[in-house]
Amino acid sequence: MNGKGKRQFQTALNIFGPFVGLILVIALFSFMPEVQDRFLRVANLKSVATQSVIVALGALGMTLVIIGGGIDLSAASNIALSSVIAAYAINAGAPPLLGLVLGVLTGGLVGLVNGTLITRLKLVPFIVTMGMMGIARGAGKWIAGNQKIDAPLTWVNELMAKSPRPSWLLMAPGIWIMIAFAIVMAVVLRSTVFGRHIFAIGSNESAARLCGIRTVRTKVLVYTICGLFCGLSGVMEFSRLTVGDPTVAVGLELDIIAAVVIGGGSLNGGEGSILGTMIGVFIMSFLRNGCTMMGWPNYIQEIIIGVIIIVAVSLDQVRHRRAA
Amino acid sequence: MRDTCLLPPVLRMTDIRKTYGATCALDSVTFELRPGDVHALLGENGAGKSTLVKVLSGAVKPDSGTMLIENAAYAPSCPLDGRRRGISMIYQELNLAPHLTVEENVMLGREVHSAGFLDRREMKKRVREALEFVHHPEISPDIPVRKLSVGAKQVVEIARALMHEAKILVMDEPTSSLSQEDSLRLFDIVRRLKTQGVSVIYISHFLEEVQKVADTFTVLRDGKNVGSGTMESASLEEIIQLMVGQKFTEMFPRIAHSKGDVILSVKDFKGRNMASGVSLDLHGGEILGIAGLVGSGRTEMLRTVFGLDPLESGRIEVSGAPPRRHTPWSRIALGMGLLSEDRGGEGLALSMTIADNVTLSDFSPYRRRGLLSVNAQRKAVRGWIGKMKIKARGPNEKVINLSGGNQQKVALARLMHQGADILLLDEPTRGVDVVSKAQIYEWIGELAARGKAVLFVSSYLPELLGVCDRIAVFHRGNLVDARGATDWDAQSLMTAATVGRSAGPPEN
Repeated sequence: MNGKGKRQFQTALNIFGPFVGLILVIALFSFMPEVQDRFLRVANLKSVATQSVIVALGALGMTLVIIGGGIDLSAASNIALSSVIAAYAINAGAPPLLGLVLGVLTGGLVGLVNGTLITRLKLVPFIVTMGMMGIARGAGKWIAGNQKIDAPLTWVNELMAKSPRPSWLLMAPGIWIMIAFAIVMAVVLRSTVFGRHIFAIGSNESAARLCGIRTVRTKVLVYTICGLFCGLSGVMEFSRLTVGDPTVAVGLELDIIAAVVIGGGSLNGGEGSILGTMIGVFIMSFLRNGCTMMGWPNYIQEIIIGVIIIVAVSLDQVRHRRAA
Repeated sequence: MRDTCLLPPVLRMTDIRKTYGATCALDSVTFELRPGDVHALLGENGAGKSTLVKVLSGAVKPDSGTMLIENAAYAPSCPLDGRRRGISMIYQELNLAPHLTVEENVMLGREVHSAGFLDRREMKKRVREALEFVHHPEISPDIPVRKLSVGAKQVVEIARALMHEAKILVMDEPTSSLSQEDSLRLFDIVRRLKTQGVSVIYISHFLEEVQKVADTFTVLRDGKNVGSGTMESASLEEIIQLMVGQKFTEMFPRIAHSKGDVILSVKDFKGRNMASGVSLDLHGGEILGIAGLVGSGRTEMLRTVFGLDPLESGRIEVSGAPPRRHTPWSRIALGMGLLSEDRGGEGLALSMTIADNVTLSDFSPYRRRGLLSVNAQRKAVRGWIGKMKIKARGPNEKVINLSGGNQQKVALARLMHQGADILLLDEPTRGVDVVSKAQIYEWIGELAARGKAVLFVSSYLPELLGVCDRIAVFHRGNLVDARGATDWDAQSLMTAATVGRSAGPPEN
C-alpha cells in the first residue's frame, strides 16, 4: 500500500473500525435465507435491544473501571445481589421507587467497598473484586434465604416490557434508560475533568499522582459508579424476571468485560470508549439472537463469541501498530 | 562573577543527611541554587545525586537537615508537596501518560473547566503558547504522546513543568536518549528557561555538554559535597578529579589483541527501519564500533543480527555458515550475546536476583536431575560478582536495588557467563559512572584478547575512538563508511553521523 492510501485506510479504520464488526454480524444474519425475513424486523431489533440492557448497563460502569486500569469481577454477583434487594424491599411492602433506589444503592455500596479496599489496602483490583464476587453472591443467597424472592408486580416490572405501557415510548423504558446513561457517560468521559483523570490514571498512575490528581478519590468514585450501574442492571434483571433471584447472571461479568474489550478497551488501562463498549454489547447480542434464530446450538454461540473476542482485540492491536 | 550571585538563593539545602541501613547516602550535604542558574550536579553513580534530588522533590525524607525555598521553610512529605512549591522533575523514565494527547498531558492536574466540563479551546491555546515558548510549535497538541519521539516527549514534560509554574526544574540525564540535534535544542530550551528566572538542576554524565549548558556545578562523592564553583573556574580534568577522587590515569586501557578469522559476516543485510543493505565482516579478536545518531539504524542492525527483529533482505553468516533460524535462542546457541540499550525494559529482569539474571541465558551448568541447583548457581555467581567488581550484598540481591553501573555489570556478566563468542553491545556504558566505564572498556579489551568478536554501539564518540579497532558509521538507516579507528577522529565521525558524508581521513 502506498503512503497516501495507507493513511486513508488508517483513518477509515479509526472511524469505522468499531462498527465493522457490528455491521458484519448484522450482514451475516441478514443474508442467511433461513432468518433473513425475520432478523431485521422491528420486533426482533427491539428484542435484541431489550436483551442488551442488562449487560450494557454493567458495561458502562466497567468501561470506566477498565479505562482506569482496573477490573471488576464482582459485577455479575453485584447485579444478582441488587436484584434480590430490590425484590426484598418491594416484597416487604416498600413503594416500588424505594425498592428501585435501594437496589441501585446496594450496587453502589458494593462498588464503594471495592474501591476503598483497592485504594486503602493497596490491593490488586483482580483480587479484591474476585473476593467480592463471592461475598456479594453469598450475601444475595443469604438475604433471599437461598431461594427466589417473589415480589408483587409493580411498574418496576414494566421497565423491561417488550411493549411499553404508554405506547408512544415505542421501546421498553429500560432501553431508553440505557441510551440516556450511555450518552451521559460518553460526555463524562470525553468532556469532564473527571473523565480525563480516569484516562490519565489508567495510562500512567504515577504521572497522574505527580500532577496533583487525587488518584485515590478518583478510583473509589470509579468503582462506586461501576457498582451503581451494576445495581441499576440488577433492578432491570429483577424487572425482567419479576423475582429476585440470587443465582442469576452467573458468569455475566465476563460478558460485560468482553463487551468493553471488543469495543477497544485495554485491560492495561488508558484506552476505551462508551461507543465502543455499546458496539461490543450489540455485537454479542446480535450474535446470540442470530444463532438462536438459526437454531444453532448454544455451544456454537460460545465458540463464535470466543473467536470474536480474540479477533476484535487482535484487529485493535494491528490498528494501533499502524497508527504508531 | 555573574550578577545572579548577588541574589538570595532560591533554594538552600543545609546539612542534609540520609542513611539506608549502614550505608550513608548523603552525609551533611549543603547545596545552594540561585535564581536563573543552571547548576550541574555531578558525581559517579551512587555518589548521592539521585538521593539528593529525591529529597528535594519530596520522594525521600531526609534523616536530618533543613531546606528553604525562597527563604521559607520547606519540608515536603510527598512529591506533590514539592510540585506545589514549584519543583518539577524531568526524569529519565518519562512521567507521561502515553495514551493521552500532548494537550491532555501538559494540562494534567491543571485542567481549565467550568463546573467540571473541560474548556478544550482555552487549554489548547495555553499548550500551544507553552510549546511556542520552548521553540517547538511543530508539536501538535492533539497527538497522543506515545507517538512522539523521546526528544519530543521531553519537551512535553518541560511544557508541563512550565504549566505547573515550576521555579526549580530538575533534569536527570535529560540527553541520555536524545540525538545530538535534539540535545542542542534542549540546551536552547534550558537557556530560555533561565531568562524566565527558572533555576535548573542538571544531572548528566556527559561532562562536555555540562560545560556547554551549566553556569555552576556541585560534585558529590560518597554522599559528600566535595566541591562547588562556577563552570568557568574549573577545567574538565579538575571536575573529573573531584568526581573520582583519585588520580585519573588511563580512561581507555588498551589490551593487546589480534584479529583472527571472520566470525560474523553480513551481506546486503537489511532489517526494519534500515534504508539500505549493509555489508560488514566481523573478525574474532576484533572490536568493531558502530557510531550514529539515535534512530540511525545502528540498534536495528544489532537487533536484526541477533534475530530479535525480522530480516527483510540480505544474508548473514555466522562462522562461515548461514544460520537456519532467525530467532534469539538459536543465535545464542551459535555463540551470540546481546546487551540491550534498554536495561530496565528488556536487558534485565529487574525484580529478579543477580544470580538469576547472570545465569538466565544458560541454566544448564546448574541442572541436577532436572532441577535447578540453587547452591551451585549462587556459588558460581558469587565468583562473577567478585570478578566484575559488582557492588552488592550477594548473589541474592535483587537487581533493582543496584546502581546503574552495577546493573550494567550484571548484564555484561550474563554475556560472559553464557560464553558468547560474538558480543553485540548496545550502549554498554549508558548511565554508568566513570570508574565502571573504565572497567567495562577493560573487559571489552580482554574479551577481544581471548579471540571474541565485539560489536560496540555507542553515542559517545571518545569511547569508540578509544576502544575500537574499526568504526562503522550509520546515518538515516545507511552505512556511511567503515574504517580503522585511527583513520577517524571525533570531527570526522560526527560529520559522517550527522551529515551522512564521509570526509577523507584526518590530515595529521
